[in-house]
Amino acid sequence: MRRFKDRLALWLGALCAVLAMIPLISILYEVVKNGASTINVDFLTAAPGVIGQPGGGIGPAIQGTLILVGLTIIIGVPLGVLSGIYLSEFGDNPVGRTIRFLNDVLAEFPSVVIGVVIFTLIVLTLRSFSVVAGAFALSIIMLPVVTRSTEESLKLVPNSIRDASMALGIRRWRTTLSVVLTTAKSGVVTGILLAIARVAGESAPLVFTILGSQYFFSGLSSPMDALPLRIYRLALLPYPYAQAQGWGAALVLILMVLVVNIGVRLATRGRLYSKRSRA
Amino acid sequence: MTLLQTEKKQSLSSEGVVQPLKTLENSKVRTEDLNAWYGNNQVLKKLNIEAREHSVTAIIGPSGCGKSTFIRCLNRMHELVPKAKTSGGVILDGSDIYANGVDPVTIRRRVGMVFQKPNPFPTMSVYDNVAAGLKLNGERNHAVLDRAVQRSLELAFLWDEVKGDLDKSGASLSGGQQQRLCIARALAVEPEVILMDEPCSALDPIATAKIEELIASIKENYTVVIVTHNMQQAARVSDFTAFLYLGQLIEYGETTSLFENPAEELTERYLTGKFG
Repeated sequence: MRRFKDRLALWLGALCAVLAMIPLISILYEVVKNGASTINVDFLTAAPGVIGQPGGGIGPAIQGTLILVGLTIIIGVPLGVLSGIYLSEFGDNPVGRTIRFLNDVLAEFPSVVIGVVIFTLIVLTLRSFSVVAGAFALSIIMLPVVTRSTEESLKLVPNSIRDASMALGIRRWRTTLSVVLTTAKSGVVTGILLAIARVAGESAPLVFTILGSQYFFSGLSSPMDALPLRIYRLALLPYPYAQAQGWGAALVLILMVLVVNIGVRLATRGRLYSKRSRA
Repeated sequence: MTLLQTEKKQSLSSEGVVQPLKTLENSKVRTEDLNAWYGNNQVLKKLNIEAREHSVTAIIGPSGCGKSTFIRCLNRMHELVPKAKTSGGVILDGSDIYANGVDPVTIRRRVGMVFQKPNPFPTMSVYDNVAAGLKLNGERNHAVLDRAVQRSLELAFLWDEVKGDLDKSGASLSGGQQQRLCIARALAVEPEVILMDEPCSALDPIATAKIEELIASIKENYTVVIVTHNMQQAARVSDFTAFLYLGQLIEYGETTSLFENPAEELTERYLTGKFG
């Protein structure tokens, strides 16, 4: 009887795991089936054609997503990592606890709200949709994720490591940057990559900030295209060619996120490996 | 060495037991009425202990008697614990390390420390572990670093075992090797005093023997203060022993006389295993 229960639990668990995989597999299957045939060099590099006529591509959208994610990294990663360091190493006080709480609240914020706020703060002030506004919006979405993951990774570094460094007469800031952060490196990098994967797929805040465009990048203070926006636009058009292009763009976006996720895998594998060799 | 032996004879002649020694010419570190607290809990009470230059001083006593706290006061590591504080003085080479304006970081470069559990920097290679203290304090010259790494690893009896694997991760060594790596790391910054907080408690007897041998060899050039749970170890490696109980110094004296002829009943009961 006990063996039967054991088996039952095992099979139930396996069944749930398979069920959970179904949506993922079916999404991947649909996207690849409908999108793979559209993808070619022209599609990846050309600007969108005239609406209603087949042809054209998603070049500006790919370029825009890369620029946007790049800018977001430049703004969001240093801020997030530094806040994470502060919270982990110096945050055991009322100020730190308040920041940690606010950070958690920010992490739960609907991204569309962040888009609207940036719209009123930046877009309305500058009187133009702009790449900068989009990068700020995505940075705000990225910030709490990076902060939290950095803090958690640094907290995993045992205090004996900090003690060892301090006892060598290494100053506190040096200890934090060169010893603690280095020790937690793979965890911090994983957090950053996951945050990048998350913001790369955001679409709601972009509608209010970079707007979308038919053209290639033309300056930080002008509108720009991005893959999530392009997918949305293409999918709404009533022409079969446009919907096929939408699937193609979706496949490109998924592949980009997948590449980042594989990066996470590689970063974490290093960590697991070193843990195992320590034991 | 000859100097040390003559001293031993002198202190032996004074009835076998040395009372807390007042300022001696070759006292390297000396505490003056040292008190320490964690919050409101006083863990050290008016300790007057000294460590003589080029000798090994052992601190023994039951768990919770303040041994570790005591040596953490000697390089100002104690104050890194939140709500920890001290009063009284720690005199290193004639000047108080707790005096106003003294930078604890410079003190820690002069008074190195080895911890209970081996704690090499896990993401650094053997070489970088040993070089860390110098590198992170700004030393860039590769020849200087190479020399320091080799010298320190030799002093720690580890060079022959790792000279081919300096690029390997420090965490990949065995426990005993890791502890010797930590000793090499502490020696690399050329401190004057080495504090050891139960350095062998996580090691097997063979690794322990190696570390004891190492202590005997480095005391020629360094002043060593070692906390140990193991009374036999104190008897083997140290020249002087202090027995602490509940944060108070019960007895301090030359190791041989303290072990063979303790002055205090409490010391005798501890040494014979009646409590502790």
